[in-house]
Amino acid sequence: MTDITPHGSQPAKLGHSPVADVPHALRVADTDPRAAKRAERQVASMFLLSMILVVAFIVSFIMIDKDTVVYIPVFGVVGLMTIMLGLTSGLSIFLIGAGAIQWAKKLMPDVEVVQMRHEMTSPADATAEAAANYERGKDESGFARYPIIRRTLIGAMALFPIPAVFLLRDLWSGGESGIESPDEILSHTLWRENMHILVAETGQKIRPEDLPVGGLVSAVPANLAEEQERAGNQDALGKAAIILVRMEPSEIVAQQGDGWDYQGIVAYSKICTHVGCPIALYEQRTHHLLCPCHQSTFDLANAGAVVFGPAARNMPQLPITVDNEGYLVATADFAQPVGPSFWERG
Amino acid sequence: MKFLAARRRNPLVALGLLFAALVAVGGGYAVIANVQPAQASLVSQTQVEEGKKLYLAGCSSCHGMDAQGSANGPTLLGVGAAAVDFQVSTGRMPMAAPGAQAVAKASVYNEEQVAALAAYVASLAPGPAIPTAEDVSFEGANVAEGGVLFRTNCAQCHQAAGQGGALTQGKWAPNLMKATPTEIYEAMITGPQSMPIFSDGTLPKENKQQIIAYINNLQNASSPGGLDLGRLGPVTEGLFLWTAVFAALIGAAIWIGIKAR
Repeated sequence: MTDITPHGSQPAKLGHSPVADVPHALRVADTDPRAAKRAERQVASMFLLSMILVVAFIVSFIMIDKDTVVYIPVFGVVGLMTIMLGLTSGLSIFLIGAGAIQWAKKLMPDVEVVQMRHEMTSPADATAEAAANYERGKDESGFARYPIIRRTLIGAMALFPIPAVFLLRDLWSGGESGIESPDEILSHTLWRENMHILVAETGQKIRPEDLPVGGLVSAVPANLAEEQERAGNQDALGKAAIILVRMEPSEIVAQQGDGWDYQGIVAYSKICTHVGCPIALYEQRTHHLLCPCHQSTFDLANAGAVVFGPAARNMPQLPITVDNEGYLVATADFAQPVGPSFWERG
Repeated sequence: MKFLAARRRNPLVALGLLFAALVAVGGGYAVIANVQPAQASLVSQTQVEEGKKLYLAGCSSCHGMDAQGSANGPTLLGVGAAAVDFQVSTGRMPMAAPGAQAVAKASVYNEEQVAALAAYVASLAPGPAIPTAEDVSFEGANVAEGGVLFRTNCAQCHQAAGQGGALTQGKWAPNLMKATPTEIYEAMITGPQSMPIFSDGTLPKENKQQIIAYINNLQNASSPGGLDLGRLGPVTEGLFLWTAVFAALIGAAIWIGIKAR
């Protein structure tokens, strides 16, 4: 079925020629032997230069001290060895490719050819034979003749995937008690009544007078270090991280619960309710908290309401007060799950 | 002494003693309380007077004749000398034009004038003082610890490499590559514009010095890979690949496809 015909000798009766019917133009190298010789030299020099560059790569690797730097305009100060290794190895492989293309373009035959396509359908006799084979297989296996075998086989195949459902159901760790469902694990954090609020990283307890109006602190619960030690991961921080900000009590429009602030200090989750980026991008004059991932913006003076962006839920607020030594503590866990929405929350 | 001894049981003695005690406590407190501003600034009355003149000429149209604030500008009572030094010496104040945020530019006041303005505003109400050279010294501060604190407290707005970033409604967090230790310290204790305050209570001086040491380290860091592309990470690196490298690849494809002469 394949028909390879040099362009020009193609029969004129073909109505739909895939090649535009233009005369074949000869290249300089096709007619002038000196031009052909020149093209040959060009290709050979590229391959030769590639070899020289490989040698230069090895020489650079051995000879250049790894701490030598060189100033290159625009790029600035860079390691000489790095740039030499990159240039020599990159150019050597580039020249192999460029030489091959130059060779093909200048010297290899460039006649246009047409390759006719196969008929896409199978021949009628092959189709009929396949259908006959199927029928014969059905008869010989007795699939239609033994209904009890057919039905039990279908039943076995239907039940076979069920163990996989159990294995998938068992993927979560089960939480502290070992029997918590995933939504229960997501619904509580390390915060509880009288849990001290510590400055993140420095672990210092916080007095209300430490935080001026307009102030911001990234904070964690006092039992975080212990829990991370026990669990060996940062899962607890991912749920319990909060930010504390202070504003004039008169500036607070609304909160998620009565008296959840302490003299204008409010505590909100640090985890965005959209897809869970940690956020502390707080503008003290507007009281807006902006998530840099997708620009969700929460108003911390107004119960953490979403004022812009794709987040669907308010930023969860943590109720706080001070203990009898004057340090800030939580009065309970978050009243709603922190972080992004999940299936069970709808 | 005989006079006193004779009258020590007089009912008026109790009143007299109470009065004397009140005067002693109140006067003593006034003396102690007055010591602090005098020591902190060592400002002369003439400096305050000079600052007041500059204030009335350059600042009062927005911040009010008595720095009480107006519809065009917030009150300056209690902002302290540190806030004035930060805003005026970086050229953010006075603002050239109203906008989303005051822009840093060449300051219109010289050093003495900035000091006079700061002394005047500080004389109106107590506020954070300009940090001393000892406060902002980061000699021997732990740079790695500073990096941890920077990523926890600063990187959300100023980007992990201190390159700055966008906030809401056209506001932005500035690039820190030219910020001086004093400016960084002042910004943390005064919270200029949108920036929250990082008080000494929750971020002690030692930690602030570590953060300054980290920023100084970033300012002096070289780019071993050459072109740092603004140190913005995948955003500019991706843009570079999509434009420069793809253009080169398209050029190569065109060269391959052109018929040789």
